[in-house]
Amino acid sequence: MITVKGLYYSKDHEWVKVDGNKALIGITDYAQHALGEIVYVELPELGTEYEAGDVFCVIESVKAAADSYTPVSGKVVEVNEELEDSPQLLNEGPFDNWIVAIEMNDPSELESLMDEEAYKIFCEKEE
Amino acid sequence: MDNLKKTSLFPSYKKYGAKLVDYAGWAMPVEFSGLTREHEAVRTAAGLFDVSHMGEIEVKGKDAAEYLQYLLTNNIGTMNDNQIIYAFMCYENGGVVDDLLVYKYSADHYLLVVNAANMEKDYQWMLDHKGDYQVEIENLSDQVSELALQGPRAEAVLQKLTDTDLSEIPAFYLKRDVKIAGANCLVSRTGYTGEDGFEIYLSHEDAPMVWEKILETGKEDGVVPVGLGARDTLRFEAALPLYGNEISQDISPLEAGLGYFVKFDKGDFIGREALLKQKQEGPARKLVGFEMIERGIPRHGYSVLSEGKEIGFVTTGYYSPTLGKNIGFALVQKEYANLGDIIEIQIRKKTATAKIVDKRFYAKNYKK
Repeated sequence: MITVKGLYYSKDHEWVKVDGNKALIGITDYAQHALGEIVYVELPELGTEYEAGDVFCVIESVKAAADSYTPVSGKVVEVNEELEDSPQLLNEGPFDNWIVAIEMNDPSELESLMDEEAYKIFCEKEE
Repeated sequence: MDNLKKTSLFPSYKKYGAKLVDYAGWAMPVEFSGLTREHEAVRTAAGLFDVSHMGEIEVKGKDAAEYLQYLLTNNIGTMNDNQIIYAFMCYENGGVVDDLLVYKYSADHYLLVVNAANMEKDYQWMLDHKGDYQVEIENLSDQVSELALQGPRAEAVLQKLTDTDLSEIPAFYLKRDVKIAGANCLVSRTGYTGEDGFEIYLSHEDAPMVWEKILETGKEDGVVPVGLGARDTLRFEAALPLYGNEISQDISPLEAGLGYFVKFDKGDFIGREALLKQKQEGPARKLVGFEMIERGIPRHGYSVLSEGKEIGFVTTGYYSPTLGKNIGFALVQKEYANLGDIIEIQIRKKTATAKIVDKRFYAKNYKK
């Protein structure tokens, strides 16, 4: 299982990369492996406002549809449209392909997320 | 997973990288190397499935044929020895108790192969309708392991492990006492993938050895272990129904377009009256195939609409690995069931348009 330093991690296996007031959100290697081959990503619309914990994206494998939850509150300012035609990018490089960029309402929400080390331990317990 | 039932192959799963799921109370592999890869292996080479969760119920005695004629919708009377037919066990109202395969050993001896999720219910139903028929009904489900080897290379691979000439077993026939790698097996030319292949019934003791032998021997032919995930996409593409999806207590065989397996001219059977009425009046709902026009993957249970009005629901839907399209089956009111009609699928908060198409997405490759 791959993890990356300097990111924040949620218990739902999303990662957050902070860029000023903007949070880039993706799914982790653990998540893509658990999902299997990803064949469809339903992206949110630009401008949608979310509370932390809301479903912001649905990721589908051949077998099933899985909800993804935003770890931070805010407004969607960018979506990675490349995923519409190439959803498998999330399998091939989960940390190279963010899904959405959210303009954060409350950056202090990041404090409740895990760092890389804590997330590694969390995943071991999930096994 | 600890409190789930486990097949005799369970200890072998890990070696092949299985991801496990709870399926009808069993800890079963949903995939090994990856669903799409497994699916393609079955279409182009062959795949090996553990289907030991399936139920087997034996019926024997002098009234066995007569009893099964009354219990099931298909005609038992025209079966040859060692032949297999597909049939429904129905309720009086025409709803389905289960769909199953009937294996005929001889005029007074049969084996029914039933769905794991329905096994207890089926067995009880069979006991409850035994009446005065002189039959013995025995549930062998706990005693039997079952493997399925499916795909165009299935015969060539299995032939390397037996002296029995497998080419002499036609589609939908069985042979008993076949030695596979020395183990005593019942082999039938049946399956649930739309490909040629075999189902192999054997003891729990022998099953892990035969599993290993088939994978070892079949390696050069491209045989891989296949999980329940690909089993479902394979049967779906070949338009084979799944109990609980295309047929159920609430969906009759006629609504599902499976009237071929309901023989009204064979005499009385449970559900005949209700099904005959349905046939004469024409079922109010019809199972159709559809292909998505707009983005989105249809899934079991999603609502189907026409101009905003609900007209039915999706019974099975997938991104099809073979066709590379988002396709599904839906049970809709018959007025809306015409080829070429445009329907809408409710996918979460949005609707996406789809077109009704022929539901035989993939032509079966059975041996003639």
